[in-house]
Amino acid sequence: MDFDRIKEKLNILADAAKYDVSCSSSGSKRTNTKKGLGDSSGMGICHSYTQDGRCVSLLKILLTNYCIFDCAYCVTRKSNDIKRAAFKVQEVVDLTISFYRRNYIEGLFLSSGIFKSPDHTMERLIRVAKKLREEENFNGYIHLKSIPGASDELMREAGLYADRLSVNIEIPTKSGLKLLAPEKKHEDFMKPMEKVKNEIIQYKSESKLIKSTPKYAPAGQSTQMIVGATGESDRDIMYSSAFFYKNYNMKRVYYSGYVPISNDPRLPALGTQVPMMRENRLYQTDWLMRFYGYDVRELLNNDFQHLEMDIDPKLSYALRNRHLFPVDINKVDKQLLLRVPGIGLKSVNKILQARKFRKLNWEHLKKIGISMNRAKYFITCDAREKELKDVSSENLKQLIIQNSFSKYRKEFTQQLSLF
Amino acid sequence: MKSVVLKYDGSFPGFLTCVFNAYEQKLEIAEIIPEGEDQKQLFSETLEVITEDFKVQRVLKSLKKKLSSNGFTRLYYSFLSEIPGIELKMYDMIRYVYSSQEKAELDYSHPSVLDISKAAKQVGREKHRMEAFIRFRLTKDDLYFAVIEPDFNVLPVITKHFKSRYADQRWLIYDLKRKLGVHYDLQKAEYVSMELPEDIGISGGNPDYFAEGEIYFQHLWKDYFDSTNIKSRVNMRLHIQHVPKRYWKYLSEKSPFA
Repeated sequence: MDFDRIKEKLNILADAAKYDVSCSSSGSKRTNTKKGLGDSSGMGICHSYTQDGRCVSLLKILLTNYCIFDCAYCVTRKSNDIKRAAFKVQEVVDLTISFYRRNYIEGLFLSSGIFKSPDHTMERLIRVAKKLREEENFNGYIHLKSIPGASDELMREAGLYADRLSVNIEIPTKSGLKLLAPEKKHEDFMKPMEKVKNEIIQYKSESKLIKSTPKYAPAGQSTQMIVGATGESDRDIMYSSAFFYKNYNMKRVYYSGYVPISNDPRLPALGTQVPMMRENRLYQTDWLMRFYGYDVRELLNNDFQHLEMDIDPKLSYALRNRHLFPVDINKVDKQLLLRVPGIGLKSVNKILQARKFRKLNWEHLKKIGISMNRAKYFITCDAREKELKDVSSENLKQLIIQNSFSKYRKEFTQQLSLF
Repeated sequence: MKSVVLKYDGSFPGFLTCVFNAYEQKLEIAEIIPEGEDQKQLFSETLEVITEDFKVQRVLKSLKKKLSSNGFTRLYYSFLSEIPGIELKMYDMIRYVYSSQEKAELDYSHPSVLDISKAAKQVGREKHRMEAFIRFRLTKDDLYFAVIEPDFNVLPVITKHFKSRYADQRWLIYDLKRKLGVHYDLQKAEYVSMELPEDIGISGGNPDYFAEGEIYFQHLWKDYFDSTNIKSRVNMRLHIQHVPKRYWKYLSEKSPFA
């Protein structure tokens, strides 16, 4: 191995791949067969974390950062004056195996700039995955990018070797896409997504009948949207997100705060702050949709198009729906218990179990670990409590904020001092 | 009745024998302590407990009947925490579970049940961290070698993970703190005890011991780690929350090379 050459390529191609947020390595069912290498049947593992706090689970690289497209938001766009490099198929295979054997990674996340044509690029990505599976008997996790515009035939093949496939929609609205990536068509993104969805459904139903049916992308599909590059509202973003979850059975939608990378007048200027708090609120909303039984229209709608930045979306919902609260912690059904601010999924389950044994009081709840600062205004339990019915939602919000220590507090004061 | 202190050999079967004896002799227990530790109770009598297999099996069988498999795992994990006094809490939880009809292991409003579940969670977290942060180094004789110093005794519960993952390579994980390792020889994984040379280190690729390319891969990995960072998003507080400083020594990407 020529370490210096590999090192240079790795630096360039890892740097270019880092804006892809997804680093999940869970949800696959690939077990180690025939004493091979690797196993991805368990939960995902983050082997390290970058200084920005993101999980490092997979070797995330581009095969090449040569690209024939010129999308304004992308760091590898054709017109950008940067160093270019390309890995050979075998180099990626060797690097993946060497890292995996040392327990640095859970597997490979391979994406690429589009060189020559979408099909040509997709074919090359598949070749890496195929080699890993067939020549190295590798059962670790493989995430391949579906290249927009790749043929159905190749997408079918990709799923046979990959655990997860993803196409990044990047821009949540059609008008935004037209503005920033005029060469790409909305349909080019949808087509591979549709194909993979249908194949997953088909393979799943076949494997019910025939046990030896090979696995097809067992960890499903995901996609990613850039937040804050065009003027879209939180409602626009979350409605597209809900659309992908529903119509394409997405496992995950990722939200990536736009990191300014060029002086293009269509985009936020270099040096603009990455909207990290907004990104965080969007993820919280995503979780409420997927795990807490909220419909997206309850959280965002025409009258309420933007999430509140100073409080989390669950608290925000509760303050807008005071008529639902307070609830009796010892009686309320699970569905509504999940909507109490300050009580998470795990605490909900603990409460449901514990209250079978005795009536719970404030002490029990504290020990179980709910966030009393928020929850106490929305619940009653087996103890004397204050009546808070007369406090207005706005006053209650201020009261909660005053008594909480948000990691974003610094940013609120910064923002206020601007005016 | 006067309460007693039970002293056992520090093993899980030893603890189970304590439970058996306590029930059989209707003992009032003040403390359960492993060998080599001093009792806190001044006026209690100390009984030495000798591990006996038939007692262990009896307790195991009844525990598995009374607890769900998750409940049993939680109990076992909390034992591995080696937290001083955890044995008494385990014993208290076992008594509570035996005395109730319902699935009392889920009664999180009971102090011992909650404490056991918390200790188990800590151990589970440490297990997961070791599975994540262990870094193998390839030795000259083709062995993938790693040393650890975990807060809790997680070696017994991480072996399965590494065995199913690295089935086609020989590996050795050594716990420096407890002077015990697990060695996998392509067939089976076994406990080993050994003396390690001082200069073998936690990371780095001393050519006396390690394969020629080893240090390069550590460098490649560090380079990868550095180039995947997005500088405009740095959040060191979050970073340290995920990778507490006491684990940095394992991670070649975080520590300078020896």
